[in-house]
Amino acid sequence: MKQGFYTISENTPLTQTVYRMRLVGDTESIKCGQFINIFIDGLYLRRPISVCDVSENDITILYKVVGKGTEKMAEMPIGSKLDVLTQLGNGYDTAPSGDKPLLLGGGVGVPPLYLLCKKLIAEGKQVTVILGFNTQNEVFYEKEFSGLGAKVIVATADGSYGVKGFVTTAMDGIDYSYFYTCGPEPMLKAVYHASVTGGQFSFEERMGCGFGACMGCSCKTLTGNKRICKEGPVLKKEEILWQI
Amino acid sequence: MANLKVELCGITLDNPIIPASGTFGFGYEFAELYDINMLGTFSFKGTTKDPRFGNPTPRIAECTAGMINAVGLQNPGVEKVISEELPKLATCFHKKVMANVSGFSVEDYAYTCQMLDSCEQIGWFEVNVSCPNVHGGGMSFGTSPEAAAEVTRAVKAVTTKPVFIKLSPNVTDIVSIAKACEEAGADGISLINTLLGMRIDLRTRKPVIANTMGGFSGSAIFPVALRMVYQVAHAVKIPVIGMGGVSSAEDVIEMMLAGATAVQVGAANLVNPYACRDIINDLPSVMAKYNINRLSEIIGGCK
Repeated sequence: MKQGFYTISENTPLTQTVYRMRLVGDTESIKCGQFINIFIDGLYLRRPISVCDVSENDITILYKVVGKGTEKMAEMPIGSKLDVLTQLGNGYDTAPSGDKPLLLGGGVGVPPLYLLCKKLIAEGKQVTVILGFNTQNEVFYEKEFSGLGAKVIVATADGSYGVKGFVTTAMDGIDYSYFYTCGPEPMLKAVYHASVTGGQFSFEERMGCGFGACMGCSCKTLTGNKRICKEGPVLKKEEILWQI
Repeated sequence: MANLKVELCGITLDNPIIPASGTFGFGYEFAELYDINMLGTFSFKGTTKDPRFGNPTPRIAECTAGMINAVGLQNPGVEKVISEELPKLATCFHKKVMANVSGFSVEDYAYTCQMLDSCEQIGWFEVNVSCPNVHGGGMSFGTSPEAAAEVTRAVKAVTTKPVFIKLSPNVTDIVSIAKACEEAGADGISLINTLLGMRIDLRTRKPVIANTMGGFSGSAIFPVALRMVYQVAHAVKIPVIGMGGVSSAEDVIEMMLAGATAVQVGAANLVNPYACRDIINDLPSVMAKYNINRLSEIIGGCK
């Protein structure tokens, strides 16, 4: 974990509710699948947001406006400064990916897969990405993933764009060596049952601190109790114990 | 030069700042960020006889100027604390640590404290009779003077180190409970634990916390905590550790004027992991501003 002060260089809507924010500052040792924890003036707890991309001098996050914290974020002007904790969580492990990894993202579970996709492609892997959304006007980052060189399939629940159905519908018939997924818990569970290889799941939980001190986000796994913020948010398929 | 030293039951603390139990784990997460040996001491994660997972999630809810937690005493159990956590702690913390202990029966409390009493690293016990997040234990011992006194006697009978009893604010008369603990042999009183609170999600119309209720902490509770510290410190002769919403050097001085010998910092650590370091660094200049040379001189200074 590291604390830093960042300057907002971009804060633009990608859809009606999803925004992209770029934060200029220290980006040392930030791994794909990790998250940052942002202090927001006037609110008590920090807001944990997954890292979508990292460059030499900025961090990109994509966030959905769902409550008080993200509403305030959406109103933040370019140039304003934020107190941010970085290098949080374990992140994805690309070592077991094989040659043809499959990435499955649902809604605001899509962002952390971007940096992962970038890393896998840099490692010479042939990456397929399935992005799931409710409807056409919620779709984001299709072009960005294609731009990295991945094969991208979009699924919408109402069929207004791409494959009609869920990410698991689009998964049918795809040849893959390993998978990585992030999204709402019912989706993760569906992927768990539909998948035929090993894989990694990124989970979400309400957090107090985000760095392992409060035990607010603990979960039971087949390999013992884990803190989503510290030993997670990424868990391997073989250690997951479904509570829902 | 400002003198920050205070004495807590025969052990001198370099300063009165103590991270509160449950907000500092066993210290390692914070040791990655700064040298935690600058602290007065810290109170480690509430330890019970057996390992506990705690409550289902969500365990956390945000409030105005505070938060609710319903962790439910998740800990690895006293055996693992002794065999794994304390040796690991010894690598990054070289001062005496405060052992926070909880239980579900008088025998539990005594067993866990007796096990820990022989650990060289431990300087004091802080016996939690006030956890609002577990049923059939914790707070039920802290809501009656008789039960709190019984736990105090049982722990005192099997330990050699100073014993602080950590009290709940969720009672009608906290002074009578503090006095009962003092009469039963407690070496000090620690207060306050969290206030029982609740939040409801407007979308689902259900409690935000899976356990329905939880412990409310954070800067919002400071005036309530200060009032109780003042009341208890004026009623007992043993030292008092004050806590509840402390988040600045000014808060620390206020707590000490109310009668606290040492001051714990809780929820603030979760928001700003450097909170205790910052408070310790700020104390000398804030002391100078209010003409304080020795912190120990102001304890109970507000009559």
